Amino acid sequence: MRRMKPYLAIFNARFRMMLQYRAAAIAGLWTQIFFGLVMIMVYEAFYRSTDKPQPMSFPQVVSYVWLGQALLALLPWNADSEVKSMVRSGAVAYELCRPIDLYNLWFVRAMAWRTAPTILRALPMTILAMFVLPLIGLGEWRLHPPTLTGGIAFACAMICALLLSCALSTLMNISLMWTVSADGIIVMLTALVTLLSGMIIPLALFPDWAQPVLRALPFAGLVDLPYRVYLGNIAPSGLPAVMLRQLLWTAVLVLLGRWLLARGMKRIVVQGG
Amino acid sequence: MNEIALYFRYIGISIRGQLQYRVSFILYSFGVGVLTGTEFLGVLALFHRFGQLRGWSLPQAAMFYGTISITFSIADSIGRGFDQFGNMVKAGDFDRLLLRPRSTVVQLLGQELTLRRVGRFSQGAVVLVWAQSALHLAWSAGTALLLIAAVLGGACLFIGLVVLQATSAFWTTESLEVWNAFTYGGSLMSQYPVTIYRPWFRQFFTFVIPLACVNYFPMLAIIHKSDPLGAPVIFQWLAPLAGFVFLVVTLQVWKFGVRHYRSTGS
Repeated sequence: MRRMKPYLAIFNARFRMMLQYRAAAIAGLWTQIFFGLVMIMVYEAFYRSTDKPQPMSFPQVVSYVWLGQALLALLPWNADSEVKSMVRSGAVAYELCRPIDLYNLWFVRAMAWRTAPTILRALPMTILAMFVLPLIGLGEWRLHPPTLTGGIAFACAMICALLLSCALSTLMNISLMWTVSADGIIVMLTALVTLLSGMIIPLALFPDWAQPVLRALPFAGLVDLPYRVYLGNIAPSGLPAVMLRQLLWTAVLVLLGRWLLARGMKRIVVQGG
Repeated sequence: MNEIALYFRYIGISIRGQLQYRVSFILYSFGVGVLTGTEFLGVLALFHRFGQLRGWSLPQAAMFYGTISITFSIADSIGRGFDQFGNMVKAGDFDRLLLRPRSTVVQLLGQELTLRRVGRFSQGAVVLVWAQSALHLAWSAGTALLLIAAVLGGACLFIGLVVLQATSAFWTTESLEVWNAFTYGGSLMSQYPVTIYRPWFRQFFTFVIPLACVNYFPMLAIIHKSDPLGAPVIFQWLAPLAGFVFLVVTLQVWKFGVRHYRSTGS
């Protein structure tokens, strides 16, 4: 427990710092609602264009869209801008002086940095999408509440999704050590993450031939799997399998990140002075 | 030096500056192309799964998608100075611009011409070229000009929106993210023909923020499709003008805002 203490302190400090951006979160809310509405109208038009049965029903897709908007900030879509400027200015050398493990430090930073904005956004989004939409006559477009067991299973799957997301975020941070202008690589990683996690469209709506590939990759554990647990598309009894996949991939990515970090350390050149 | 020459002088400097980091620039632009490309993969997958979209085929929808991507990337690249205006007000840097005996609009537009949008631009162009060949589209000088007018009118409209966003900073000191719903959200919405949306939504983007006029209506004339909403052909040809009018109106609002400017003093 003593060994955890510095990490808890870092998490606390980062978390509270991230909570300061409340106004930005509220302003972002409106944009996300707008995006959500447009996406739902597009799906509505697609669902009205065919009689063929689909792998997901329209109300399920609507809930999926709102979950995606509420939990958007949890996705590993960029590198930590502070780590970026540290690598650029050479201040990353100070990080190396700290008597704690650098990988763990960055991982914990990522955890605080992904959860705080998510909590700020998820709560008002859920209230709006679940309760306000039906009140203004848009009940067909609401976020349906989960069953009790579904909700609990979803919470478990989201915790694993957070760990997976942090392992990927830390990997992005580590990539900064290899090139000063890593923006291009990170944007491409973001492209992979948003497409293959199910953020752009639910993975079930991709062609059937793509399903085995999508299921084999780690990204489904970020969005698609936990959301399907929420929707009941995956029964609560399927939760252990989902969590196992998420945690196995997290372990693989952590090991990969640690290995890359160790290699990066050997060849690090501190820029400037 | 007149205003136009001054503008080109400004952006010449901006472009030379951006090209200093060539590898970073190329990698990033390519990355953005891939990122917006994945978004289009989503559209492809939906058409693959559902066959068609309320009577619109994939190549038809792709015409809207490609055109709006090109339009938005041009506007985003030119209007960067206005987009970043909130920071300028916060730092008090706008005072400097006011001291110079030149138009604030030219000076702000001249702040930066962002070349990085080339990634999205090329991705939109690829989609557009593919879509028009899949449709075996018969081009005439008229429809080609109409496409250019639609792109330019659309760029004016999006620049008008960032001008409004910047103007709001005179009162709120901060550039409000709420405008992103109309800029980024507007470009998302325009990726599909407006007929698929609910009437209230469609009417808002035809009469209040005339996005449909710079994308949907001219595109009907270009792909020779009669309007399910019943707009006459002459209207389809004249609609892009709404984008230019929108910009002129927003610039008047901007002038009004400048008169209300109070420096933060920092």
